[in-house]
Amino acid sequence: MSGGTTEYTIADDGSFTAPLELFYPYKRTVGPLLSRFLTGLREHRIEGTLGSDGRVHVPPAEFDPMTGEPLSEWAEVSSTGTIVTWSWQPSPVEGNTLQHPFAWALIALDGANTNLLHAVDAGSADAIRTGMRVQARWATEPVGSITDIECFELVPESAA
Amino acid sequence: MSDDVLRIRTPIGIKYQYSAGPRVSSHLIGLMEGRFVGKRCPSCHLVYMPPRNGTCAKCGCLLGEDVEVGQRGTITTFCVVNVPFLGQTIKIPYVAATILLDGADMGMQHLIQEVEATEVRMGMRVEPVWRPREEWQPSMENVLYFRPTGEPDAPYESYAGQL
Repeated sequence: MSGGTTEYTIADDGSFTAPLELFYPYKRTVGPLLSRFLTGLREHRIEGTLGSDGRVHVPPAEFDPMTGEPLSEWAEVSSTGTIVTWSWQPSPVEGNTLQHPFAWALIALDGANTNLLHAVDAGSADAIRTGMRVQARWATEPVGSITDIECFELVPESAA
Repeated sequence: MSDDVLRIRTPIGIKYQYSAGPRVSSHLIGLMEGRFVGKRCPSCHLVYMPPRNGTCAKCGCLLGEDVEVGQRGTITTFCVVNVPFLGQTIKIPYVAATILLDGADMGMQHLIQEVEATEVRMGMRVEPVWRPREEWQPSMENVLYFRPTGEPDAPYESYAGQL
C-alpha cells in the first residue's frame, strides 16, 4: 500500500483538505483454469469450461455449479455474440479500456451458455440495444488479460 | 507451457478528497512546517499529539486549543521486530516504540533507528530525524525515525502513568 498527497487547500476556517490516494499494487497467481483462459486470450482464442449439464461457462467456472466438482473439459467459443443487457458509461474512469463513453454489456458469446461482462464501443447510447450482434476487438499488444479484448464492437446489421 | 500466463496484476487504487476538519487540520498543517501540533482537552487538560479524531478518549468532549509539543520525547515502551514479512523495508531487528513527546500526555508510535535494538530501553530520550524539507507532506512520515539524543534517561516516574 502506498499513499501521498502534494496538493492541498486550507480554507478560511483553517480546515485542511488534500487529495489522498490509496493504492494496492496487487499481483496474484491465477491457477490452472484461468491460466489457460488468459493464455488463450493472448492468442485471440476464447475458451470456456464444459459443465456436467453440457453448459459452457465463459469466463471459465473452476467448479461445476451443479455438482461442485472441479471442471477440466474445455470448449472454444466464438469471439462474436449477442448483447443480453447493457448500461451506458458516460464518463470512463482510469483503467477502462476505452477512454470515451461506451456501454458495459453482458454478452452471450456464440457457443457459450453464460454471459461475459465487457465494454462495447457503440459510439452513443442511441446506437445500442439488447439483441444486437457484437464482435471482439483485440488489443494491439496482448499480455494475457481480459483486457486483451479491448472491447466489443457492433456488427453492422447487413453483415449479421 | 512455460510461457503460459501464471499471474496477473490487479492493482486497485482509490482516490479520495480528504477533509481533515477543523480539529485535525492544525496538526497536519503543523507537520508540513516541521512542528508537532496537538490539542488540549478543555475538561481533563490532557494534551493529545496526534489529536486523534479531535475528541478526548477519556471525556468524550471535543478537544480545544492547539498545543505545540516538543521535538524530543521519551520512549515509554517498545517492541523489537525480529520477524521478516512481505514488504518489509527496514532491516531487522528494529524497534517500534511508543514515544511520549515533551509536553504531550499521550504516546505515539514511531520507528527507532541509529541504535542497536539491544540498547533501546524504557525512559530513553529520543529526537526525530526529518526528511529533507522539500519532501515534507502533511504526514507523520515526514519523520523518518527517532534516534537517541544521548541525554540521561527520563526518570521512571515521569512516564509511569503512560504504562
